[in-house]
Amino acid sequence: MKLIEVNQVGKQYGDNVVLEKLNFTVSAGEFCTLVGTSGCGKTTFLRMLLGEEQPSQGEILMDGKPLPAEPGPDRGVVFQRYSVLPHLTVLGNVMLGPELKTGGIFARAFGARRALIRREAESLLDAVGLSHALNRYPAELSGGMQQRLAIAQALIMKPRILLLDEPFGALDPGIRADMHELVLRLWRETGVTVFMVTHDLKEGVSLGTRLMVFRSAPG
Amino acid sequence: MRLINLRPSRPLAVALGFIPFIILLLLYISNSNARLAENPNDKLLPGLTTMVDAVQRLAFTEDTRTGEYLLWMDTASSLERLLIGLAVSAALALLIGILLGTLPMFRALAGPVVAAISMVPPMAILPILFIVFGLGELSKVVLIVIGTAPVMIRDMAQRVLDMPREQFIKLQTLGGNSWHLMLRVVLPQLLPRLLAALRLSLGAAWLFLIAAEAIASTDGLGYRIFLVRRYLAMDVILPYVIWITVLAYFMDLSLRLLSRRLFPWFHRQQEGEA
Repeated sequence: MKLIEVNQVGKQYGDNVVLEKLNFTVSAGEFCTLVGTSGCGKTTFLRMLLGEEQPSQGEILMDGKPLPAEPGPDRGVVFQRYSVLPHLTVLGNVMLGPELKTGGIFARAFGARRALIRREAESLLDAVGLSHALNRYPAELSGGMQQRLAIAQALIMKPRILLLDEPFGALDPGIRADMHELVLRLWRETGVTVFMVTHDLKEGVSLGTRLMVFRSAPG
Repeated sequence: MRLINLRPSRPLAVALGFIPFIILLLLYISNSNARLAENPNDKLLPGLTTMVDAVQRLAFTEDTRTGEYLLWMDTASSLERLLIGLAVSAALALLIGILLGTLPMFRALAGPVVAAISMVPPMAILPILFIVFGLGELSKVVLIVIGTAPVMIRDMAQRVLDMPREQFIKLQTLGGNSWHLMLRVVLPQLLPRLLAALRLSLGAAWLFLIAAEAIASTDGLGYRIFLVRRYLAMDVILPYVIWITVLAYFMDLSLRLLSRRLFPWFHRQQEGEA
């Protein structure tokens, strides 16, 4: 089943051509890794999928419809840094999405609804291995724990697509291996379609079902 | 050991901190004694007992004319003006700062005018305030607001712009709209910044309060100081200045403690970066 369709997409900043003539389709449930040297447009492409940037030419379709021009809950994201909110606890960060949806004008849930959201958040945090840190603030977490939190925060929205922008770039090699295992497990369990930007070719080859190589035009 | 590596222990640090105060006090007493020995009626550097008498008279004796305790009455009037002014400034700073920082359209509309207004010297428009708002409480509070709000507004707007864009994108991927962003991401992260901005604005707020009271008032700490200046009453002026300093110090201290109490995540983050 075709989820994403990329037709003749190009992107320029002034005279600077970043991407040209991208054409491909991605089926639901694929794990796409985007590799390439820095400055070759892989992050720009991720931002276009996210809705943070728009293509200069061509179009990106999701389920046959043009992608909205701003980010939305059907596309979750984990950045290399600053993905989680520093003023909320681990639990608060994961509960935020559902609270925005059901919490009314003040975007806060109370009583039975809150308990429901809390249970859901706790089970997700258990799945990413953070059940021991529910009431800690992000500043008290290691880099790896912060990324686990960011993944849980994104997955609670049950997005169609999960976008990962060099999510493990700042982590130690040992912790990276754990994170790879975690992401693969969650991908299999949820069936979410993943796009992951990395500059580590080995990581891209070993994780993805599909590898996309970005490189600057010859000459 | 090199001087840069020499650190005082906790008790030594406290003791060192007291030394300048003691030196100042001793300098004052010896100079005061010298002048009083020459001329017992000298008013410039009154002795400590004279000042204690003055405090006794102003703080603990009913004024014969009004039946009030002047120091407390002055303090209450001044603090009321100062706190109302700062509260209005803080509310404006939050409201306009959040709108400026989060909405590009509003920033284009209101950014230039806020920048222009913040360049107006508040004292230069004090006469206008007296003409428009009269000589009552309102014009004094408005002066404090005009003197402190623009800087705080611009500080708050800049703090919003300094927040990582990732957070703004993230909130949208969690299904949030512009209102959600302001309420659940921007506002809570601005509150500790607001307390910090308030601390920095205390000095300016006192300056404008005393200026307004000196020019047109019938009570207040600034009014009293400028009133008794006519009689060279240093025995009143000096305790009043010390009292104002103590008040300002404790306002600053309580804002700092309040911030630590209310926003532990913020201070932990700051320590993490330091």
